[in-house]
Formats: sequence, C-alpha cells, structure tokens
Amino acid sequence: MERVAGPDRQDARLCLAYIAVAFVALFLGALAGLLQVLQRTGVIELPAGIGYYQLLTAHGVLLALGLTTYFIIGFLLAGVAKTLGGRLTATARRLGWVGFWVMTVGTVLATYAILMNKGTVLYTFYAPLKASPSFYIGMALLVVGSWISGGAIFLQYRHWKRATGKKLSPLFAYMAVVTYLIWIIATLGVAAEVVLQLIPWSAGWVDRINVLLSRTLFWYFGHPLVYFWLLAAYAAWYVVIPKIIGGKVFSDALARLAFALFILLSVPVGIHHQLTEPGLDSRWKLVHVFLTMMVVVPSLMTAFSIAGSFEIAGRLKGAKGLFGWIKMLPWRDVRFFAPFVGMVMFVPGGAGGIINASYQLNTIVHNTLFIVGHFHLTLATTAVLTYFGVAYWLIPYLSGRTLTPTVNRLGIVQTVLWSVGMLLMSGAMHLVGLLGEPRRTAFTTYGDHPIVQSWEPYRAMMAMGGVFLFLGAVLMVVLAFYLMFAAPKGQTEFPLADTVEDAHDTPVVLERWSLWVGVLAVLILIAYSKPILDAIRHAPPGSPGFVLW
Amino acid sequence: MEMHRYEKLWLMIGVGTLVAFFLLLVYSQYAMGFMPADGHATIDSTKVDQTPPFNQPGVFKKSDKEYEVVLVALAFGFTPNVIEVPVGSTVHFKVTSKDVVHGFEIPMTRVNAMVLPGHVTETSYTFKKPGEYLILCNEYCGVGHHMMMGKLRVTE
Repeated sequence: MERVAGPDRQDARLCLAYIAVAFVALFLGALAGLLQVLQRTGVIELPAGIGYYQLLTAHGVLLALGLTTYFIIGFLLAGVAKTLGGRLTATARRLGWVGFWVMTVGTVLATYAILMNKGTVLYTFYAPLKASPSFYIGMALLVVGSWISGGAIFLQYRHWKRATGKKLSPLFAYMAVVTYLIWIIATLGVAAEVVLQLIPWSAGWVDRINVLLSRTLFWYFGHPLVYFWLLAAYAAWYVVIPKIIGGKVFSDALARLAFALFILLSVPVGIHHQLTEPGLDSRWKLVHVFLTMMVVVPSLMTAFSIAGSFEIAGRLKGAKGLFGWIKMLPWRDVRFFAPFVGMVMFVPGGAGGIINASYQLNTIVHNTLFIVGHFHLTLATTAVLTYFGVAYWLIPYLSGRTLTPTVNRLGIVQTVLWSVGMLLMSGAMHLVGLLGEPRRTAFTTYGDHPIVQSWEPYRAMMAMGGVFLFLGAVLMVVLAFYLMFAAPKGQTEFPLADTVEDAHDTPVVLERWSLWVGVLAVLILIAYSKPILDAIRHAPPGSPGFVLW
Repeated sequence: MEMHRYEKLWLMIGVGTLVAFFLLLVYSQYAMGFMPADGHATIDSTKVDQTPPFNQPGVFKKSDKEYEVVLVALAFGFTPNVIEVPVGSTVHFKVTSKDVVHGFEIPMTRVNAMVLPGHVTETSYTFKKPGEYLILCNEYCGVGHHMMMGKLRVTE
C-alpha cells in the first residue's frame, strides 16, 4: 500500500469533529474551573443560583471525561489512518461517525442534566446520591459511543493486517490498539455499574443499591482510565517526539514491551482508591497496592527510552560531552516544548502517586486537596500538555493548514501560562492537603476554626493559579480553532520517527493479543473475584436513593 | 530481547526499590500495626437509630485512657458533634452513616476514613496533644457538605 502525503479529506473531517468537541469541552470545563476555584477560596460568591457542586460536576465531566476521550479518539484515529494504509476503510470511517454521534448525544444529555441541577453527583457519581436517569443514560451513551469509535481502530488494524499479511504492525498503530484495549476492558466496570445498578435504581425499578459494589465497579474503571489518558500521551512521546527533535525511536521492541506490560498492570489495581473503606479485606487491599506499584517497571522503561531518544537526537546533531545533547533540543518549538514540560511535571506527579497508593501514607492524604493537586499534575499537566503539543501539528495536518511562527510563539506563552498556573494551584493543593483541607468542598471556615487559618495563604495561591490556568485555556482554545479554520493553507506532516538501525528485531509475541488479554483476565480474576464476591455475599440490605442538592 | 546495559541496571534499581517498598508496607501493617481504617460489620442504614450500638451514639470509657466513640454521620453533621477525652487517650471510633457516603477526617491526625451506609468504619488514634480538634466530612455528600463538622476536645 502506498503512502499518501496528506490525510484523506473524509478522515480529516471525522478526526477534526472529535478534536473540535474536545476543545469546546476544554473551554466550558475551564470556565467552570475558574468559577469554582474562586468560590472555594472565598474570592467570589457564585451568581445566579449556580451551585458549587454543580460546577464541580460539570468541570469533572467536561474535562476528565469529555476533553480527554474526544481528543484521544481523534488523535488515535488520525494516527491509525496514517500508519495503517494512509486512509480509513469505509466501514471504519462509518463506525467513527456513529461513535461520534452516540458520544455527543450522551455528552449533551449529561451536560443538560447537570445544568438543570439534576445530576449534581460529581463525575464519580457516588451512590446513593441519586441523579436523574438522563444523567446516567448520557454517561452510558458516552461510553458506548466510545466503544463504537474503538471498533473503527480495531477494524482498521485487522484490515491492514489481512491486506498486507505483515506480522508486525507499525509502532503507532500498536500503541493505539493497546490504549484502546485498556479503555474497553476498563469501561466494562463502569458500564456494569451504570447499566445494572444505577439506571434501574434511578428509574425506580429497584429500591435499593449496593453501595460498596458500585464503588468497587467504579474504581475498577477509575484507575485504568488514568492509563488511557497517559498511554495516548506516551504514544506521542515514543513515536512523535523523536521525529520532532530529529531523532529516532530508542528501541521498537522495548517500547512495545512497555505497552504490553501496561495492559497487564493497569486494570487489576483499582482498590488502591478504596484503602480507607470498610467492607474490603485488608489483604486484598495490599494485593492491589503491590500490583499498582509494579507499574514502576514499564514507567522506568519509558523514562529511559524517552531520555535515550533525546540523547540520540542531540548526538545526531553533533552534540559532544555527557550532557551536550540537552542544548541541541528544539526548545523554541512548541510541539516539543509543551510535551517536554509535561514530562518534567510527571516526576513530582508520579512521586505523589506513589504516596497516594502507599497503603499507610494514603491515610494522611486520602480525600484531601493533596489528591486534587496530584491529578492536576498528572492528568491536567502531563497528559494535557502533551495533547496540546500534539494539537499544534495534528490540527493543521488535518485541516490542511500550517503552524505559523506567531502561533508557535503564542503556543510557548500558552504552555508557560499553563505551567505557572499549575505550579501555583497544584503546589498549593499538595501543601494544604497535608494540612488537612478536604477536597470537593465549597468555601467554608468551619465556624472560624483555628485550623482553617493555616489554610488561608494556600487558598490565595490556588486562586491565582486558577486565573493563570483559565487564561491558558482560553488562549489554547483560540489557537486550536485558528489552526482549524483560519491559519494559512499548506501541508503539515504527521511526525512519525523511525527506529534506530541497529535495533534488534521485535519479537512477534508482543503482538499476540490473546496472550496479553488472557493473562490480564487471569490477573483481574485474582484481584477482583474475592472482593466482589464479598461485596455481594456480605452485603447490608442496600441503600435507598437520596437527592441532597 | 536485547536490552541496553544501563537500562538493565536502571530497571534492577527500580525493581529492588519496589521489593523494599512492599516489605516496608507489610512490616508497618503486621509488625507496627499501622493500618488504614476498615471494619467488616454491616448494618441496615435505614435502621441505624434502632440498631445497637448506634441507637446510643456517644463517648464510652473502656478503661483508663481508652475510649470508644460511637458516631453517626448524616447529612450534614455528626452525632455526637462534641467529643471530650483526656490527653493521652486512645480512642476507638466506630462510625456509620444514616444516608449517603461521608468522610470522617480529623486534620493533623491519622484519622481519615470513608463512611459507607450499611457498613461500620473502625479506626483508632491516640491523642497526645491537648486542644480542640476539628472533625470534618471529606467526601461530597450534598449541598451542605461544607457545613458538616464536629469537635473533639482533648483536655489536660
């Protein structure tokens, strides 16, 4: 199959549709975020009867579920079309559109329920707080739609393999398949919760709900969700960044091995979100903590490979000395700079994650602002800055336009605004979390309790950071739509790096999906059968629903 | 599969740290007894007022410097909402919810747990410093969540 230079027009339209929704979600979610951080730090009172918790629900749903899922699908579909034959098959493209519309109907339905104040249960929808069925049905459609979109990725992959007869797929396509496999396996948990528990109960067909079971099913999904976000960013780090900096993939085989290990270690770990919860056996909590921490292996492999590809790039440009290659990196190129800042922020982000998941240390930080600070470093900085970096070339690639030097410069400003905002806000959240300030809580002084006084300076920092972030988000949205509709016409490449020549052959076993999914199934059975059986057999009578907002 | 010599070393350090880390966790749980809150008793959350010990929430002296506190969390408060114990007391908390999921946190201590309707959360702490501690809910429970609080006074 020959390679075409630009993307197929119809494919480009599909991918741009996903990306456009992602950036609309970014704007609305950031607006909710700004109002929210100013309310909870005591700077403003919310106008027009908007509730703090309503905004919090909107912020979480639009950003953690909307922005990420839409952007990732648009990115992966574009990359899969590019690497697997140059264009999507007609069936794959049709699935892509069906998935898009199902997801969008779901997102609109859920957003409507939130705006009408019928779904103020946060994006983690904790039962027995009971939203209206439209909220849960909207969420279910978002998930089901995303499965259909994933069908497009898998179909394209199978079609390419059959047509070419090749044993090994291109690295980007391999990573797209892994990322989507994790998403599908993970969302089975939340689908079970929503379809079997929440919808029948919210509609009034059953009276009571098993709360512990619903939480366990949610977190079965909630942690691998993090890997879905991250692996899409990792795919850009492994395959795209080396090309942008003029280097090569450090090792194809090791990159695939890292991704294969992420399949095994991303799902059977969710109970580390429930370490301080009654009703779960502490021995099983420890098993999940151990499985959680094993992710250190593919994470360190990734760190090594990325740093390795940086060094290769620098040396190809003639760098000398042990660290001379650092100077050779394209610091003024936003396509490199934004993801690079994301990578740097992942160091404290990952360290915070180890604290959260540590069996005993978790007690200190559980449900405090420390946790919020943590995922604003990992998801909202590491992953999201990488998506932004991708957007600066992916959108012009798809829209047949170019990244101008001015947009590049504004992109650097955008990255700096975002990073300063995050450092202030997330840094303050980490510190004040250690002092005990709870997460997910509107402005309060707890009756002027003295301990709240120790939180005040951090609250001011959080508010400042929030303002920087909002400015950064607005600039990003403006740049994204400029690149989509108004930038000068031209050709932009989809940067894909080659592997170093002397790299060893990649073992075919890394692409034997039945093996990896099979081992994962066994791990899930080991990690979850006993806790879920316990939650069902040793259950209290169940909870009726409450609408407390 | 061939691996770079430095990468092997790098991963060996990582795996070694992981094993040490896990041994520490197990040691602090089984040898030092530092465990996050849990609890295995269940209860009908709609009948908390009729079910002992939660039909009589309060502070109960078990022995010298040892207290049991039976606490009911509900939207939006704790019953009882003022607790008093002498300095140096070890307090065993038993907490359940009458309605939705709540949090049970005392900032600057190791008391921090989830409270689920239908389950009983247990955790213990020794209060070595006198003063007025704040009890707060750290899991969103509805529109009055940020008002949900209690006080624990540790007297000389």
